[in-house]
Amino acid sequence: MSQLLPVLILAIFIITFGCAMMLVSSLISIKAKKPDPVKDETYECGIPSDNSGDTKISIKFYLTAILFILFDIEIIFMYPWAMTYGDFIAAGYGVYSFCVMAFFLAVFIFGLFWEVKSKALEWE
Amino acid sequence: MGIDVFEIGVNFVKMIAIFLMMVQIVPLLVWVERRGSAYIQNRLGPNRVGPLGLMQLAADAVKFLTKEEFVPKRGYPFLFYAAPVVAMVPAALAFGAIPLSSPVMVEAFEWMGQHWGPYSFKFQGYEIGIGIVFVLGVSSLAAYGVLLAGYGSANKYALYGALRASAQTISYELAMGLSIVGVILLFNSFNFAEIVGAQSAPMNFMLFGKKVELAFLPNWGIFYQPLGAVLLFSAMFAEANRLPFDLPEAEGELVAGYHTEYSGFKFNMFFIGEYGHMLVASALMVTFFFGGYTLWPWLTPETVAKWFTGMSLTQTSLLTALVLHGVFLAKVVLFLWIFIWVRWTLPRFRYDQLMDLGWRTMLPWALFNTILTAVVILIMRHPWGA
Repeated sequence: MSQLLPVLILAIFIITFGCAMMLVSSLISIKAKKPDPVKDETYECGIPSDNSGDTKISIKFYLTAILFILFDIEIIFMYPWAMTYGDFIAAGYGVYSFCVMAFFLAVFIFGLFWEVKSKALEWE
Repeated sequence: MGIDVFEIGVNFVKMIAIFLMMVQIVPLLVWVERRGSAYIQNRLGPNRVGPLGLMQLAADAVKFLTKEEFVPKRGYPFLFYAAPVVAMVPAALAFGAIPLSSPVMVEAFEWMGQHWGPYSFKFQGYEIGIGIVFVLGVSSLAAYGVLLAGYGSANKYALYGALRASAQTISYELAMGLSIVGVILLFNSFNFAEIVGAQSAPMNFMLFGKKVELAFLPNWGIFYQPLGAVLLFSAMFAEANRLPFDLPEAEGELVAGYHTEYSGFKFNMFFIGEYGHMLVASALMVTFFFGGYTLWPWLTPETVAKWFTGMSLTQTSLLTALVLHGVFLAKVVLFLWIFIWVRWTLPRFRYDQLMDLGWRTMLPWALFNTILTAVVILIMRHPWGA
């Protein structure tokens, strides 16, 4: 916990720094004389801007996010194994440690293969 | 953070100084980027304001601060203002955890009628025992700043840019996380200082259970993990949204991506975030694969300390730390230049090519690298006949 206290302090400092800079900027910046409804519009390239606010997005992004969570958790599980692998080898249990992780990796690779096969990663 | 006022004070000032150093590197990098791109394209670049155009940085800062505050009418003001601040946080937090030089020892001394010390200050923002996990976790928060910006602007270009950016960031995070597994297998550590320490020795490894030492080479990770280094460096380009992976701000399709509606200092904070990511990426490359702040066999903490014999421990360790920090910065600058060089050399990918590269090329290669490393380490380090 005491290791993470400086992180919290630095995060608070950065947020304060950012807010302070924006405040300074808003205080000394030059303001436009009169309000202009066209200027306040959402940016668009020359044509009247689409103000509906319900932009449709591809479901692919959602699918990518779900797949990411699955695979990222699997990768995170490999970290403690990688950390202790050397100790296992030194103690003579290297083959055991490797076989356990090989089984886990087989599931991982099967998942990736299935994902590619089912065209979950096709973008067009 | 420390046991008494002096230690807490020094640690606090050090942490803030490292953050401000990161912020100060950004305008310099922007200048290098503009002059460098001009050099690559046979132009002059900004050369009017001050010597070599260096005062351009100050002029830019004034312009950023005095530019009109603008929030689009249909946007969400809170999210719109929060996004640039959030974008700045992850890179700065990650940079604070990377060791920039050897620790500074301070001998016991007397000051204001009190005994102080002895102290040992790490040359980094703060020391985290499991630094690698911390840096990975914190830098993946970068997607939030981008998403907040895209959603808060209520602009379809910004939203598309933000979605592309976050999908790309998380896709390449897999390859990045997996290529680091090879480094952890090699050094058996989550701690940056230990990884740098292991690389400061002459090259030594186990060959079928026997120890081999090659005195003419440093023990750098690049010699054991060349594939991992290439994968990590490529994934870092995608993480920092740099060309050839800068689809989120592809100007031909998306105007300026997630920062379409931003201007002035808010825009500058996105820049600090992006260049901060480049800095963290370069520092990680140097720490994992190129010996960190040491340059064996000429510059390790021990050999440099010998230059300053006859001084007190405080002076020796401080001067040593400064010399080694220079070494570290030189290596980091080299990688930063590669970032800029690549940007002005390679064309941009198409989005489907980008996702294909991340999921179907880099992820399998990173898996292959992990398995190969594990097999080789098992065969080499196994205590045969013991």
